Amino acid sequence: MILLDRVTKTYNKNGQALERISLHVEPKEFVIIVGPSGAGKSTLLKLLTREEKPTTGKIIVGGIDYETLKDKEIPLLRRKIGVVFQDFKLLPNKTVFENVAFALEIVGMGNKEIHHTVPRVLDIVGLKGKEKRMPRELSGGERQRVAIARAIVRQPRILIADEPTGNLDPKHAWDVIRVLEKINRFGTTVILTTHNQEIVNKLKRRVITMQDGQIVSDRANAEYRS
Amino acid sequence: MNITRSMIMGRRIFKTGLTNFARNAWLGVAAMAVMVITLTIILFSIIANATFSNTIQQFTDKIDVSVYLKDSVSVSSRDKLITQIKNLDNVRDVTFISKDQALAAYKKQNENDASLQQAISQTDNPLPATIQIKPRDPNKIESIKQFLEKKEITILQSDKTSYSGDRKDAIDKITSATSFFKKAGIAGIIIFAFISMLIIFNTIQMAIFNRRDELTIMRLLGASTNFIRGPFIVESILYGVVSGILSIVIIKTIFTVSARAFEASSLGILDIKYSSNYFSSRFLMFLGLQLGVGILIGAVSSIIATRRYLKFKTSK
Repeated sequence: MILLDRVTKTYNKNGQALERISLHVEPKEFVIIVGPSGAGKSTLLKLLTREEKPTTGKIIVGGIDYETLKDKEIPLLRRKIGVVFQDFKLLPNKTVFENVAFALEIVGMGNKEIHHTVPRVLDIVGLKGKEKRMPRELSGGERQRVAIARAIVRQPRILIADEPTGNLDPKHAWDVIRVLEKINRFGTTVILTTHNQEIVNKLKRRVITMQDGQIVSDRANAEYRS
Repeated sequence: MNITRSMIMGRRIFKTGLTNFARNAWLGVAAMAVMVITLTIILFSIIANATFSNTIQQFTDKIDVSVYLKDSVSVSSRDKLITQIKNLDNVRDVTFISKDQALAAYKKQNENDASLQQAISQTDNPLPATIQIKPRDPNKIESIKQFLEKKEITILQSDKTSYSGDRKDAIDKITSATSFFKKAGIAGIIIFAFISMLIIFNTIQMAIFNRRDELTIMRLLGASTNFIRGPFIVESILYGVVSGILSIVIIKTIFTVSARAFEASSLGILDIKYSSNYFSSRFLMFLGLQLGVGILIGAVSSIIATRRYLKFKTSK
């Protein structure tokens, strides 16, 4: 599903962000990426969504080779990948429903279908009945779940969640993780980055540890100590 | 992408553009104001140009060369002279006015002046028969002049040939003024079109800046370039449409007001009545032109304004 082959990313001023990263993720896998700030986790995710281009190396996601990917095709790629951002990136002037519907509007889904799909997804993330709320009226955990609903509403084969629990208290953090597990059970590949040791240790999934732009360990059912 | 989906997208783009247009109305005022000025100048220049050309044509038509014949000239030598003149290069038309016709015309011209009427009725008809020559090109009457100054022809003439030279000076002045106005008009159009593009460009950039978070999110969620750009282009096209209509309204109002103010209908060389008719008879064409130019200016400047912002990262 995801293949990185000796990927290096060098920024002009800040030097090396990623150094010869090789990584293979199978379909339906649940992968956790851990590591201190500046280890290169976010850069790695930005390469996957083609927000950044690798300096050298090969990236293939869902059969698409990024080297031959044209600018015009980038939107089509992004529609296949759901992304949950640490800062939610919700539209403040739109309701919960509209925020989720937005992801479908920009790909040209009809209004009827949108009204059918969005409530079902809001139900999955446990936000039934809050369709008309504005983001500012929601708690952090609820906002994050709106972001997850928006990321999965197009049924992507890959879901990338960048520190989705970073701003949440433990209870809400677990709500979010449970939703991610549920989505993974439905068959979506999940890539999760986090700082939270407790979550990592309880989930018992594949853990990739990064440091200084390199992968220092990659183990199944791993625990994590910072 | 199938047709239904394209239609859904098109409708959404238009709707968003319309909403943004309404929301940004105050931001757009400057853009529309300068666009109205541009379009008004364009239309004004076109109408003024047509009016000046018409005035010049009218003056030109009045230029003629009059040859006054002695009463003693026989019919045959008169006809011979007319034929000769007709065969000259630069002659468009030749009219012969007999003594009687000249008298009738004179009487008609001075019908309200009793003393002048009396002056001619007391004597025989003092007016000479006249050959009126209309030149093809009033600027090149030299060849006609040369012919008329031949000795065998001057002896047939009762008075010196009249060349309406004073009129020619006036025409030359109007012609050079017109070409100046034409150049000034074109320069004005270019300058104002450029300024209005810059201002629309800025307006759109400001609108992009105001909505940059939303645009970033759209980009990350996989919105296509056209879907993001479309509403901005719709918005600036609407600036063009509104400005086009306003400029037509302004010109129309100017004509209505001035027609009432100057009943005399002619103000120096600017023939308002002609201008007004010229505008009215081509109203739909001008409306189309104004809308077309407005839409073009709006679309081009917003395409340029959005282009840089919507580029994907290409640096490795």
